[in-house]
Order: sequence, then C-alpha cells, then structure tokens
Amino acid sequence: MSVSPNTRPVGQKPPFWRDRAKRALIFQLLLVAAVAAFLLYIVGNTQDNLSARGITTGFGFLGNTAGFGIVQSLIDYSSQSTYGRTFLVGLLNTLLVGGLGVVAATFIGFIVGIARLSPNWLLARLATAYIETFRNIPLLLQIFFWYYAVLRTLPSARDSLAFGEVIFLNVRGLYLPEPLFESGFGLIPATFIVAIIASIALVIWNRRRHEATGKRLPAYWISFALIFGLPLLVMFATGVPITWDVPELRGFNFRGGITVIPEFLALWLALSIYTASFIAEIVRSGIQAISHGQTEAAQALSLPRNLVLRLVVIPQALRVIIPPLTSQYLNLIKNSSLATAIGYPDLVSVFAGTTLNQTGQAIEVIAMTMAVYLTISLLVSMFMNWFNARVALVER
Amino acid sequence: MKNVRWLGLGLSILVPTVAMASTLETVQNRDSVRCGVNAAQPGFSSLDDDDQYRGLDTDVCRAIAAAALGDATKVDFVPLDSVERFTALQSGEVDVLSRTTTWTSSRDTTLGMHFTGVSYYDGQAFMVASDLGVQSAKELDGAAVCTQSGTTSELNLSDYFRVNGMTYDPVVFDAPEQSIAGFEAGRCDVLSSDASQLYAQRMQLSDPDMAVVLPEIISKEPLGPAVRQGDDQWFNIVKWSLFAMLNAEELGVSQENVDEQRESEDPDVMRLLGKDGNFGEAMGIEADWAYQIVKQVGNYADMYDRNVGAGSEFNIARGLNGLWNDGGIQYAPPIR
Repeated sequence: MSVSPNTRPVGQKPPFWRDRAKRALIFQLLLVAAVAAFLLYIVGNTQDNLSARGITTGFGFLGNTAGFGIVQSLIDYSSQSTYGRTFLVGLLNTLLVGGLGVVAATFIGFIVGIARLSPNWLLARLATAYIETFRNIPLLLQIFFWYYAVLRTLPSARDSLAFGEVIFLNVRGLYLPEPLFESGFGLIPATFIVAIIASIALVIWNRRRHEATGKRLPAYWISFALIFGLPLLVMFATGVPITWDVPELRGFNFRGGITVIPEFLALWLALSIYTASFIAEIVRSGIQAISHGQTEAAQALSLPRNLVLRLVVIPQALRVIIPPLTSQYLNLIKNSSLATAIGYPDLVSVFAGTTLNQTGQAIEVIAMTMAVYLTISLLVSMFMNWFNARVALVER
Repeated sequence: MKNVRWLGLGLSILVPTVAMASTLETVQNRDSVRCGVNAAQPGFSSLDDDDQYRGLDTDVCRAIAAAALGDATKVDFVPLDSVERFTALQSGEVDVLSRTTTWTSSRDTTLGMHFTGVSYYDGQAFMVASDLGVQSAKELDGAAVCTQSGTTSELNLSDYFRVNGMTYDPVVFDAPEQSIAGFEAGRCDVLSSDASQLYAQRMQLSDPDMAVVLPEIISKEPLGPAVRQGDDQWFNIVKWSLFAMLNAEELGVSQENVDEQRESEDPDVMRLLGKDGNFGEAMGIEADWAYQIVKQVGNYADMYDRNVGAGSEFNIARGLNGLWNDGGIQYAPPIR
C-alpha cells in the first residue's frame, strides 16, 4: 500500500497562516491595535469619570495666578506669577540640584574609586569604608541626617558662624557674597572666549605637528595658562571692575549676597555622597577590567606613568565605566525628587505638591511631572550614549 | 488557576466604574465610615494614650457613623497629609473628609467635592518666638515663614505680605509636625496657620512660653467636612449630622440629658429625637439618627468643650463658634 506524500504541488503558495513571517506580522498588528484600543479606552473612561464627578480637566490652569511664594527660584518669580511659571521654577530647581549633584558625585566618585586602588594601605581602607558606609544606608535617611542632624543644629541667624566676615553659615543656610559686575566687565568674558578658541586651535595644531614631525609642545599646560591667565590679566588691567555684595544681618535675616538654603545643601550633599559611592565602585571595576599586561606592555615601551594612564588605561577603562555611570546619573536625577521630604522646592514639591493641591488637577500635573523626568532621563542617556560611542575602542 | 486570576484582573480594569453603589450602601455593607483626618493635630484629630483618635474633626466623623450606622465607634480613620487629602476623597478612599479643611469656592466647584457645613470658624494667624519682641504682624518684613504645603494659609500669606508691602521667605513642609519642628529649630521666624492650630502647636513646643501668637487674624477659614459630588443622599446625611448637633445644643439636648429629653413634649425636641415625623427615612437611615448622635457623641457644645474648649488643655473661647443666639455665628437650619 502506497502512502501519498503529504505535500502541496510545487509552485502553489502556502496559505498565509502557514507562513511564519506573515503570521508574526499579523500578531504584531493585532497586539498594537489592542494596546491602542486599551489606551483609548482608558483615556475615555478617565474623562467620563472625571466629568461625572464634577472635576475640572484640561491644562487651562497653567495660565492662572499661583498665589503662593517659593523660597528659591532661578528665574523671576512672585506670588503673582502663573502656575506655568511654578512649573518652570520647580523644573529649574530640579535641574540645579541634579546638575550640581552629577558634577560633585563624579568628582568624589573618581577620587574615591582611584583611592581604593591606591597602594597606600590607609587611603585604600578609608575609601573602602566610605563606599561601604554610604552605599548601604538608604538615601532618604541620609537626606534626613544632613538636614535634621547636621544643618538643623547650626546656630541661629544672630549667632551665625562667620568666615572672614563675608561668608556666614547658620540654620537658615549659607550666605555668600555676590559679585556685581560693573561697566567694562564685558571684556573679561570676551577674553575668556578668545582664549578658549586659541587653545583649541593650539591643541589641534600641536597634534598635527606631532604626527608629522614627532615634536610636541606641552599644549595642555599652555592652554590652561591662556584660559585662566588672560582673563585675569585683563581684569587687573581694567582695574578689577567687580564689586561684592556682602550679606549682612538686617532685621530677621541676612540680606544681600547669595543665599544657599539648607534644604538645597542637605539634598545636594546627600545625593552627591550617596551616588559617589556607587560611582567609585564603577571606576574601580573599570580600571581593574584592564588587564595588567596592557600596563606592563606600555611600561616596556618606557612610556612615563602618566602617559600609561592617559593613553592606555583610561581610554579602555572609560569604555567599561560609561554605561553604568549613565544609570547612576539617571538615578541621581530621579532621586532628587526626595526633595519633597525636606521641603526643597523642586519640581515634585512645588508642582506635583503645592500646585497639584491648590488646583486639584492631579492627572494633568502628575502626567506633566512624569513627562519631565522621562525627558530629562532620555536626554541624559542620549548624551552619554553619544559620549560612549566617541570613546569606544576603535578596533583596527 | 493563574489564567482565571488574569481574567479577573482584566475584567476589573475593563468594567466601567460609572455605575457605582451609593456611598450609604457602601458604608452599610462595609459597616464602617471611612473618614479622612489629620494624623497629628491636637484638638482636632490626634491619637490619645490609648491609640484612639480624639478631637473635633474625629467627633464629626463619629457623629456621621452614629447617624448612618447607629454606632459611633464604626469609623475607620484614615490619616492624610494636606497634599493627599483631596485625591483621597475624589478617588473614594474615604467617604468623608473631616480634616481642618477650609471651605473655598474653588475647592467647592473644581475639585468634585462639596462642603457640607462649618464645624469650626477659624482664621489665619502668626506665631513668633517671644524673644524677637514682635508685637504685630506688620513688623514681619523679611521674615522666614514656615507653613504647610497646599493649604489656604500658603495663599493668604503671600497676599498679606504683598498687600502690606513686605517680603518673606516661604519655608514649606508637607506636615504640621515638620513645620513646628522647623520653627523650633529656628529655620523660620514665624509659623503661620489657622489660629486654632497655632494654639495647639504652641502647646507641643518643649517650652510653650518661647512663642506668642500675634493678635492679627488675616483671613476667614471656615473649616468643615466635605463629601464627593454626585451623591446627594450622603451629602444630606453628613450635612444634617452636624446640623443635628447644633440644633441639639440650641434646644438644650445634651449627651447627659438626652434620655430624659426623649420624653419631652417640646415639638422641636420630639422632631429632633425622632419621636415625631420620620426625617431619617428621607435620608435612608434610622428615625432615631439624631438621638444616636447626641447619645453617643454629644451636642455641639459637648464636642467643642471636650476637644478645644473649657474641658480641654487649649481652653479656646467659643467666640465665633458660639450659637447665633449666644454671640456666635453657628446657626443650623431647623429639623422639620
């Protein structure tokens, strides 16, 4: 008995549900349609329920007068400003603490990370103790520690700690003198920009000359002297066109100068120190990832120690360091929303806190706040990915 | 089994929530009233030594439970901070919000809630450290002021300083405990809030004599319970629970004599205590609802004295909160 082979005649196409590629496409289309329908349904349902409960919706509230004060703002703000303006003030305060936090955390992190690899026993142990302490205590507790245990115990405004009668520290914050620029000051930043352009040109010229002739100048030192020396020279030549607005005690508080509020100090310290402990570990692992053979090979070429680090170890270590460093930056920026616990006027405190409560527009306000954090995080990732691609090992 | 659970989750998201049971039915099925209150506001809502909530706001909740369920103890207190309170009410997490909340037009019209009456007439004031030697709020130019986030105080404050041509640094916290701690540590010169809260917070200082409350009252702060819009039956129950307490005081019916008064021939008292007419039925509750309130919680005077008045450590005079025929402005529509 012969068995007829279970095959289609050659040349006839299989039905589309037997074709794996088409089947996959159909399922994906179905999934996208289902997700879209679900989102539409959620939005519609939310709107129905909000109007059924008599809750006003929409973004019109952003144009209304806010009517409350904010203690720290980088742009002009008064209680007569709009809710849209409170959004900007909160956003800038978030960016301020996030930006300065990233800078400080990177700085501390690199120093501690390198110190941990130091042949000096004491230094290495101190770095380990730093990392293990600050990495293992919850961030919120550290913020509370700096705010309540350190800054709250400072003396009152009248008994401030004075540093040279120009800088004052008390329970209300840190008071610094503020530079006021007189006419003729414009020359100094102009010189600064010229010096930077000249330095870049010098470095490029020096590199070409080095590749062509093998001779090189200490271009980085010359640039350094240009960038800092020239503006200083111009400043003294023009008779120092800066006056300082020194804070002084008048009435209840110090007036004049720059006030750094204790909420900012506490948050900035806690975020930087906490994140730095993670960055230190990333730096250490990055450096240790470079096999010792590389260093030995470079030394065998009798390269000096600083060049071994700069040309061999660090470029390869950065490749390992940058991706996890990006997540730490993102963590720091997102963690800055803990500001609300101590009353630092960041986006969450000012906008998702006070503004939400005064307007009652919970959905709009929270959606805007989430969109802001998402945007900031994506931008930071984009920049770090670009930077990573720049420093990535070019294989030849 | 797992699939069944997922199906349930899917259904619970997909079924529209428009068709809701009435708040009274929900409360009766649950056999308790969920009431949003302050976590720590002595005189209005704070835990006593036996972990029971005590205060004027919490007694309002108990009165509502006595009316709706016949038992003043059937209240689940939900402590809320000033930022959470409206969302908790809007989302149905609480049935009624009784949390020193000021009745304003914008809250009444845009937040999907209705205030049902005024349980306490308050006004915003300032507390300063005694050693500053400040006599009047007009001398506060340049001061750092602690206040609570998302409150009417925060708004009144900026109006007051602007109108008087003064500046201030706002130091804003989420909870009253934080602002009093900031004041005590010297983070701010001034603590601003409703006068009743300031008196209570002054008692919480390690040395109450270190601070004085300035005489100026800069705003109207009518505090009262609020419910969600769209459920008129529940709105009526909450509204008339408070009115019943005021009417009871006006008619001389107190917690002490309510059983004797039940035999009274006075038609107003008979209507109040459910002997005549059936005003409870129209709201879907028992006929003796007001009797239960007075019996278990007391009339307005009982509640006031026990929590903030002569019988409490705060000893705040009745003032505006006296009855209309006794020098105050508390006035309840009649039960008939």
